[in-house]
This record gives sequence, structure tokens and C-alpha cells, in this order.
Amino acid sequence: MSLVNLFAQGVLLGGYYALLACGLSLMFGVMRIINLAHGDLAILAAFLVFSISDAFGLSPFLSLVAVLPIMAAVGWALQRGILERSLRSGMLVPLLATFGLSIALQNLLFEAYGADTRSLGDMIGDLVFDSYEVTSQFSVSYLAALIFALAAAVLGGLSLFLKYTSLGRAIRATAEDPDTAELVGINARAVYAVAAAIAVATVALAGTMLAMRATFDPYSGPMQLIFAFEAVVIGGIGSLWGTLIGGIVLGLAQSIGAAFDPKWFLLAGHLTFLVVLALRLFRDWARARGGLRSSLGLRG
Amino acid sequence: MSLLAVDRLDVRHGLLHAVREVSFAVDEGEIVALVGANGAGKSTLLRAIAGAHLPSGGGIAFDGADITSMRAYNRVAQGIALVPEGRRLFGGMSVEENLKAAMRVGRRGYWTLDKVMELFPMLSARRDALAGNLSGGERQAAAIGRALMTNPRLLLLDEVSLGLAPVVIEQLYRSMRNVLQGGATLILVEQELTRALSVATRVMCMLEGRIVLDGPAEAMSRDQIVDAYFGLHRAARGRA
Amino acid sequence: MIEAPKFSVERWTRESAVFGIVVAVVVLALAVTPLLAGANVVDKLTTLFVYVILAAMWNALAGYAGLVSVGQQAFFGIGAYFAIRLAAEGFPAYPSLLAGAVGAALLAVPVSFFMLRLKGGEFSIGMWVLAEALHLLVNLDPLIQGETGTSMISLNAYTHAERLATNYWLSLGSMLALLGVIFVLLRSPFGASVQAIRDDEEAAASIGVKVLAAKRTVFILAAFGCALAGVLWLATSVTFQPKTNFGVQWTAYMILMALVGGLGTFEGPILGAVFFFFVQNEFGENGVWYMAGLGVVAILFALFLPRGLWGEIEARTGLRLLPVGYRLRLPQAPARRPGE
Repeated sequence: MSLVNLFAQGVLLGGYYALLACGLSLMFGVMRIINLAHGDLAILAAFLVFSISDAFGLSPFLSLVAVLPIMAAVGWALQRGILERSLRSGMLVPLLATFGLSIALQNLLFEAYGADTRSLGDMIGDLVFDSYEVTSQFSVSYLAALIFALAAAVLGGLSLFLKYTSLGRAIRATAEDPDTAELVGINARAVYAVAAAIAVATVALAGTMLAMRATFDPYSGPMQLIFAFEAVVIGGIGSLWGTLIGGIVLGLAQSIGAAFDPKWFLLAGHLTFLVVLALRLFRDWARARGGLRSSLGLRG
Repeated sequence: MSLLAVDRLDVRHGLLHAVREVSFAVDEGEIVALVGANGAGKSTLLRAIAGAHLPSGGGIAFDGADITSMRAYNRVAQGIALVPEGRRLFGGMSVEENLKAAMRVGRRGYWTLDKVMELFPMLSARRDALAGNLSGGERQAAAIGRALMTNPRLLLLDEVSLGLAPVVIEQLYRSMRNVLQGGATLILVEQELTRALSVATRVMCMLEGRIVLDGPAEAMSRDQIVDAYFGLHRAARGRA
Repeated sequence: MIEAPKFSVERWTRESAVFGIVVAVVVLALAVTPLLAGANVVDKLTTLFVYVILAAMWNALAGYAGLVSVGQQAFFGIGAYFAIRLAAEGFPAYPSLLAGAVGAALLAVPVSFFMLRLKGGEFSIGMWVLAEALHLLVNLDPLIQGETGTSMISLNAYTHAERLATNYWLSLGSMLALLGVIFVLLRSPFGASVQAIRDDEEAAASIGVKVLAAKRTVFILAAFGCALAGVLWLATSVTFQPKTNFGVQWTAYMILMALVGGLGTFEGPILGAVFFFFVQNEFGENGVWYMAGLGVVAILFALFLPRGLWGEIEARTGLRLLPVGYRLRLPQAPARRPGE
């Protein structure tokens, strides 16, 4: 595989990770909640899309139109019904609640659908393998490109929404200081619910994309959760565009690792995560000592 | 009917009984200076009125309606605004965004973004600066401006001068004269007695969670207030 | 003149003294159990002891030091891996197990220098990623053969009965030792420092608490404890499978036990482990429905019993069985922990 091809695959894979991670970034950034059920919600959406497509003979893209609002409602209900109350008891209790949700979802999906690995790939016709040949050295899969474009659109849209709309401002204010937000007339609980709804809707989109480009089963959730988290942390917690960069770095690391040996796919990603953290720590340590240059012994 | 009626309010901070059986009423147009030593319960009282702190006993009525268990954001919609101690601006957002955030409650009135910028020219110059990068005086102006954006009928100001240079405080109070002339009702917590007396129509003094002095500002002597502030009147009674 | 209320500060209450005796009796009973009870009971109790260790360790990390780790399985697995590697080199079985746990604790030292500088969510997930990385690295060892794993053959040198009893006593001993260490630490100034850090790191630092050193101590202790649990698990199951030994379900169980029992209390994790053990025993057969039910139970606890079983009991009755804190007894008011 040529270097350019490898690079392209990595970046496009990164687009998927960014889409997957965006909801996690939002929930963590706004509500400081580590949603351990994040991956499982993506898988839930994939199964819902599958069921609707299967039952009505629709293309998954059409089923997605129905599933997105359903999942948004799930996110809203999750926040209002479970997380809001859990948060009152401290930062750790939502961990227990989302862990419970994760386990419950995985096993209920297993009960409903069985252990078979599935894919939506066979429902989207040629899109699953069509690619555009840029040069004889590398080609770009349409599906991968679509996912990347979706990721960019979602992240971009979300950024604009947060920056320029009244609700977006309210979300940012509440994320910073929910008590003071209430004091200026913002209903913090409603804001959290909206943020959760958006987060779960985006993860539903990501889950459906995963199901199209690869396979999934009831227990695929946790692996997706870890990827999402790696992307968020690599890119820097609190930055939406950072999540895109984080996703791309993760995708590249994994692809490069896999190029050496397929066994290295996951490990390369994990090691990159740890290295990025180490570098960040080093940079902070150096900053505290008067700058990167002086710490490295370089003059002026 | 009074704008604000507080009836035997009890507010606790964990084990600390910060506000004890406080009752008073404020009419529209009054400017109340709330004075007292640190820890007397002034901030807690304001926060309880604003809804940031739920009382453990007693009630609060605003414009005749019981708001005791109303959530803070709803009280803002009714027309109560608190400029909190420590300013509590949204540091990651610009001055303009901080002001706009307060527009969400949608109360229309005299105060608009332009009017607030007019009131505090220092803010106009820094409208795109991140609130976290402002100086102390600018922050206080922004915090007051943000509260004004909700077009409140009752404005609660907690420790406006805290940590500010005298010249800055002077500037703020001069700007506030315009606010005061707008016909707002104010409860103002202020450490500097002279400053407070210069703008207030009424003085309330708190000591250890209770109101120990309450009356029109012009009828009050400094000595009277100082006595109440330090609880000397009780000591005098004990000695006699 | 203001009358100061008469109050007293106490450590041992009447209840805790009585309970202390009860504990001593129970420990004695447990110590002689293998001589009296059947293999099934012994085996089950061993499992219970491992659960208690895990719950107590996670509670020490999160409930006392404020470190929420979603990756303790890293130590659970690596201790067992070291043990099996040593055994494969020819070292005797049980010393290998102990060495494995110690090795994991030693590994925790450099890991702590890195991980403890991470904040909040970064630390939590960072630990998980570390566990996954260790898992994958271990897979690369030809002895382990990827996910297939291997068995600790040297354990077969002992008869089943011998192994059962030895594992039992080792687990009981480990559990008591670790609980004992935590108990002593909590009662010491160190315990106060650690809890101060949990409540407000900056404030603690400002009064001279050596934050990083304190966290490191708890981190290494928890690593050792989890690794000990891991090698004990290996001793009972004999087989080492990376997916099982490095599985994130161990942390999931730890979270469940610690939070259901009552985070930040001493008695909580014990109660949580007993609860989990009981539930696992009664309903474990039902496979998928059991797991789904467990998830629902976790959610219900998060919603309605966030302080956990022991936390609720403590809050409602003021009952404190084991004297780890100080109690302020005010006149007329029921005894409350300072700062409540």
C-alpha cells in the first residue's frame, strides 16, 4: 500500500472517530459526565436503523432520518431521567448510572437480536465498496469520504451553533458555571437536556456509519467508547475541532500500525494516546519552568 | 403592596445558620443599603432572594406571588437579578457574549446591549475581549451590565466595591446613578458605609443572621449604624 | 457571654467496640472454615474475599484519594501475567504468584509518575487505555499465544484440596491484611491528608499536604491490592486468558461494589462485595438477563441510593461501626461527622 494511500485511509478513518467522539466531547465538556454508555448508544442506533430498514425495506439512510430524532429523545430522557438526578449526588454517581446503562443495553440488545455480527453494508448497495481512483497509487472510498464529510459538517455546524445562537451561548455559559447561568435566566437543566440530546443524536449518526462501513454486534460498544475517548483526549478536552484532530491522529496511528502488522492496529492507537499525553505533560512541565526552550537547554 | 416581602426567612449553610428569621419588605423605588460585618449573612440573604440558595424556613414573595421554591432562572423571568459576589462572569466568553447570554430570558425594557455599552463606556471598548482577561473594574461593570440586560425590577448587588481601586469604585457609582435614576429598586450590599449611605434611601444592618437595624437613611446617624454593625447596642444593654 | 456548647470528640463508640469483638469472632470462624466446610463453600468464600479486596481497593482510590480509575484491570492482569511468566521459567507456584503481585506494584511506581499528573477524565480513561495497551502487549508474548492464554501448570503440583485450602487462606490473609492497612492508614494523619485531597486538592496543598506523594501511596497500594486479587484469581482458575484477566468488567464490578456498598466509607466496599457476591451466586446462571438486571440495579442505586447501602445506613442512623474517623458529639444533636 502506498504511503499516500495509507495516509488517506488514516485520515478518513479519523473522520469516523471524530464523528463518534463529538457527542462524548459535548457531554464531557458541558456536563463533566463520562458517559460509559456512549459506545453502546451508537450500537443501539445501528440496531434501530437495521430493524427499520429490515422491516420496511428502506435504505439505511432513510431509516436514519427516523432514528435520529428517536435517539435525540433518548438522550434527552437519559439526561432528565437519570443523569440529572445522579449528578446531584456528585461526579461519581453518573459513572455508576452510565455503567449500568451500558451493561443493560448490551445485554438487552443481545436478547433482542442475538449474538450475530451484522453490517448495514449489504443494505447500501455499491456504496459500501465503490471508490474513486485518484491515482493508480491510491483510491478513496466514497463511504469513507462521506463519513469524513459528515464529521466535518457536524463539527462545523455544532461550532457555529455554539458560537452564534442564543441556545449555543446558553450551553456555553451553563458549561462554565451552571449556578450563575441560572442567575441570568438560563434554565440549566433544560440546557443540559438539549446538550445530551445533541450528543446522543450525533453518536447515533456515528453508530450508523460504523454499521455501514464495518460490522457490529451487541457487545461492540465498549471498544467504540475507548476510541471516542482517545480521540477526545488526544485532541484536547474541551475543543470540538480538537476532537477532529484527535480523531485523525488516532486514525493515522492505527492505520500505520496496521500497515506493519494487522495485530498492531489497536496497540498503535493506545500507545499513541499515551505518547500524546506524555508529550502534553512534558510541555506543561517545561512551561512551568520558564518555557520549552530553556527546559531543553536551548538559548533564546 | 410591596415589591419584595421576606417573611421569617431561615437559610442554612450546612451546619451554619446564616440567616435567622429575617423579615422585611421593600417597596418599588427604594434603594436599600444592606450593611454588616463579614459573615453576617448578607450574601446568603441576597442569594436566597435570587433563588441561588433554598431557604430552610420562611417565605419570599415578589409582587404578591410566593416565589419561595421558585427556581432562580424563573425569578429572573419575574424580574429579580443578582450581581453575585465575585462577579462570576463567564470567563471563556467575550463581554458581549456575557451580556447576550442574559438576553435569553427575554425580558424587554429600557436596557439593551447598546444602552448598557453606553452606561459603561469601558465595556464598549472591550466588547470582544474574553471576560477572563478583564480588569477588576471592567469585570464589575460587565457583571452589573449583564444583570441589567435582564431588565430587572429588583436589582441585588453583592459587594460591588470588593477588591477595586477607589477611583474605579467612584466611576462605577457614578454610572450607577443612571441606573438608580431609571427607577430600579435596589438592595445593595456595600462594605463602605459612606458610599452606601450616599446612594441609599434606607439602611438595613445585619448581625449574625438577624436584622438589627432598619430605617430611612437620612434619619440614621453613623454612630447608630456602627453600633448595630458591631453589636454594641446589645453590649450596652447588657451593661446597663 | 456566649456559652460554648459542651461537645466531645471521640474515636471509639460503644457500637464500634462491640463490633470489634464481632469482627474478631468472625475472622476466627473464617480461619477455621476449610477444616470444617465442604469444597464448594471454601471455593465460594475465596471468591468473596477477592471481591472484597477489589471493592476495597477501588474505594480507596476513588472514595478516599479521589482517583477514579476505569483501568484497575491493568494491575489485575499484569500481576497474573508476571506470575505465570515466572512460573514458566521454573519458579515455584505460590512464590511466583506473590512475586507477580509485587512486580505489578513496582510497575505502578513509574506508571504513577505519569498517570497521576492527569486530571479527572483524562486519568480515568488513561488508566483504561493503559490496561488495553498492557493487554495487547501481553498478547504478543509467545507463551500467551494471543487471546488463547495458558495455564499455570506448576499449580498442578498440589492436590486440588491443598490448592483450595491454600488459596482460601491466602485470600483471607490478603483481604485482612489489606483491610487492616487501609484501616490503619485512615486513622493516621495520612488518612486525613488523603481525604483532604479528595475533598479539595488546592486547599489541602495550601496547608502543606504533600498531594502527589499521598496520591502515589494510595495508587501503589491499590495497584498491589488489585494485582494480589489477580494472582489469587489465577490461583483459583489456574488458566490465564488475557481477555478475562485484562477485561474491563473487573473495573465495572469494582465500581458497582464500591458505589453500591457506599463510597468513601470503610464498611461500604465489604457490604458491596457481599451484595455482588450474593447476586452473582443467586442469579449468575441466568446469563444475559442477569447482566441486564445488574445494569438496571446499578441505575436504580445511582438514582435512589447514591450513597450506597452503608452510606444510607450511616446517614440515617449515625451508626459507625469501625472507628476510622472522629465523631463530634454535640449536646442534644445526634453525633455528626465534622463538616457534614
